Amino acid sequence: MSEVFVMDAPETVAAPRVSEWKRFLKILFQRKLVVFGVFVLLCLVLVAIFAPLIAQYDPYKNDMAHSLQSPSSQHWLGTDNLGRDVFSRLVYGARTALEVGFGTVAFAAILGVILGLLAGFLGGWTNAIIMRAMDTLMAFPMIVLALLLVAVLGAGIQNVIIALGVATVPGYTRLMCGTTLSVRENEYILAQRAIGAKSLRTMVRHVLPNAIQPVIVLVTTMLGNVILAEASLSFLGIGIKPPGAAWGSMASAGFRDLGTHPLLSFAPALAIMLVVFAFNMVGDGLRDALDPKLRGKL
Amino acid sequence: MTSLPNVAQAPAATGSDETILEVQDLKMYFPITRGLLKRRVGDIKAVDGVSFKLRKGETLGLVGESGCGKTTVGRCLCRLYKPTAGQIWFNGKEISSLPEKEFRPLRSDISIIFQDPYGSLDPRQTAGSIVGEPLRIHKLVKSKAEYNERLESLFAKVGLASNLMPRYPHEFSGGQRQRIGIARALAGDPSLIICDEPVSALDVSIQAQIINLLMDLREGQSELTYIFIAHDLSVVKHISDRIAVMYLGRILEITTPEELYANPIHPYTRALLSAVCVPDPDIEASRARIVLEGEVPSPVNPPAGCSFHTRCPDAMPACRTTVPTLKQVGNDHEVACLAVTPGGG
Repeated sequence: MSEVFVMDAPETVAAPRVSEWKRFLKILFQRKLVVFGVFVLLCLVLVAIFAPLIAQYDPYKNDMAHSLQSPSSQHWLGTDNLGRDVFSRLVYGARTALEVGFGTVAFAAILGVILGLLAGFLGGWTNAIIMRAMDTLMAFPMIVLALLLVAVLGAGIQNVIIALGVATVPGYTRLMCGTTLSVRENEYILAQRAIGAKSLRTMVRHVLPNAIQPVIVLVTTMLGNVILAEASLSFLGIGIKPPGAAWGSMASAGFRDLGTHPLLSFAPALAIMLVVFAFNMVGDGLRDALDPKLRGKL
Repeated sequence: MTSLPNVAQAPAATGSDETILEVQDLKMYFPITRGLLKRRVGDIKAVDGVSFKLRKGETLGLVGESGCGKTTVGRCLCRLYKPTAGQIWFNGKEISSLPEKEFRPLRSDISIIFQDPYGSLDPRQTAGSIVGEPLRIHKLVKSKAEYNERLESLFAKVGLASNLMPRYPHEFSGGQRQRIGIARALAGDPSLIICDEPVSALDVSIQAQIINLLMDLREGQSELTYIFIAHDLSVVKHISDRIAVMYLGRILEITTPEELYANPIHPYTRALLSAVCVPDPDIEASRARIVLEGEVPSPVNPPAGCSFHTRCPDAMPACRTTVPTLKQVGNDHEVACLAVTPGGG
C-alpha cells in the first residue's frame, strides 16, 4: 500500500459518535405540552390495560333503582339513565378508544405504506392505478365515507376499524408515495441497481427505512383524529353497538339529561378532548424531533 | 462466469483474448415528452455514436465538459441505462440488449464508483452493511465467518480500519465515504470498474489519496480494468493508459496521455489542453490560449455534420455536412476530424 494512507488511531479516524436517540429525546421533551401529552397517553394506556381493577362497577350492568344519580362517594361521576356507573364506563371507554385508534391506524398505515411504496417506486401504471383509487377515496370527507362504510358493513368495533381504516388510507398512501418518489432519486438507489439488487430488496431495505419517518408523525396525529371520528360515529349511533362503552355514545346518550346531569355528556366529551389534544401535541413534538433541519442542533 | 443463452459471437476483429470491452456505435437518446399522453417531441442525444475498445488491465480516461455524455456512457456500460442503439461486447458477450434478469449475474463483474460520496451511500445502513451488500446479493460467501473475513479484507484494501464497520455514513468524511464506495465496488471482485468522476467532489489532497488508492488496487490485480470518467485532464493523465476526449456525445480523439499532451490534433482537444493551468505564473501569463467562441450546442438538436463545427476555428464547408469518423493518424492515436488526413500506423 502506498504511503498516502494516513492510518491514525482508528478512534480518531471518524467523527465522534453522537447519540441520535439522546438528541431525539431532548428535542421531543423540550416543550412542556409534549411532556403533558405523553403523560396523558401513558395514563390512558394504563387505564385501558387495568380497566377491571380501576372500575368498581360492571360498566354494562343496568341498575334501574339507582339511575341518574349525582356524583357521590359510591359513584364518583354519578350514574346514567340505566343506572350504570359513569366512571366505570369511562374507564372501559378508554379501552374502546384505544382499540379503535390503534386498530385503525395499524390497518391504514400498513396498507397505505405498502401501496405508497409500490406506487412511488414502480411508477407508471402501478402508480396511476393506485393513486387514482386513492384520489377517489379522498374525494369523500373522511367521516362521510366512514359513515357510508359502517352503514354497509354494520355497526361493531371491527367494522368501525375497517371503515375508518379505509377512509384514512389515502393520507398514508399519498405521503408514502411522495417521500418514496424523492428517496428513489438518490444515488444509493441507483447503486443498488448497479450491484444487482432486485426491486423488492431495494424497496424494503433501502427505500422504506429512508421514507418512513413522516409516516410515523402522521400515525401519531391520526390516532387522535381516528379516536375523534370513532366518537363521532358512536355519537351518531352507528359506531360501537350498545351496551358497549364508547365515549361518543355516552356523550350522545347523556344528551337527553344534559340540563339536570351535565356530567353524563361532559365527562366523556372531556375525555375525548384530552386524548385528542394529547395525541396532537405528541405528534407535533415528534415532527419537530424528526425534522432533518433540526438535526445536528442542540 | 455463468454461461447464458442467446449469446452471439463477438465480431471477428475483436477475437483477441486481450479485449475485455468493445463498444460499437453506442447511442443513448433520452426522449423528451410533452402533454398528458407523453407525446414524444424530441430526443436528448446524450451519447450519439461512441465506439472504443478496451484491453484487459487497461485504464481508459473519458474526458469532456459537463453534458458531453461521459457519465451516460459509463451508465450504459453497467446497464443503469438501456442503450438506444449500438453494441457493448463484454468478454465476448453482447450485453447492451440483455434482459435485466440475464444481465444481473454480470453485475458483480462490472461495478461502478459514483461521483457523490454523500448521495451514493444509504444513510441508514452501516458501512459494513453497504460494502457487504454485493456479497449478500450475489451470494458470494458461504458462511457468516467468510462474510466477515471478506469484509475485513475489503476494508483493509481501501485503507479503512475494520472497527469502522458499524458506523453510519454521516460519521465519515468525504474521502472515507468514497473509500466505502470503492470497497463496495470491489466486493463482487469485478474485472471492470467504471469510475464516474470519483474525485470531483473531493478536496485536492484527498483526490490524490483516492487516485493513488485506485492505482494501487490496479497494481495488486493486473486484471482490473478501469474506465475513469473525469472533467479534469490532469487527473485523467495521471491514471490513464489511454484518454478519450468527448464532445456532444461523440469521441473526438483517443490516444495515450503522452501523445495527447505532446501532439493534440483535434482543434477541440487543443483548446481543452490550452485551458489547463500551468503551475508557473510566467509561463501561465505568456502562453497562448485558444478560447472557443460560443456555447456547447444543445444535445436536443446537435449540429449536422461534425458536432464541433459551430465552434471550430478551422471549420471547412464540408464539416457542416459530413460526420467525421475516428481515423488512425499515428501510433495508437485516432482522431475524428475532416481536416486531418489519415497517417501511418
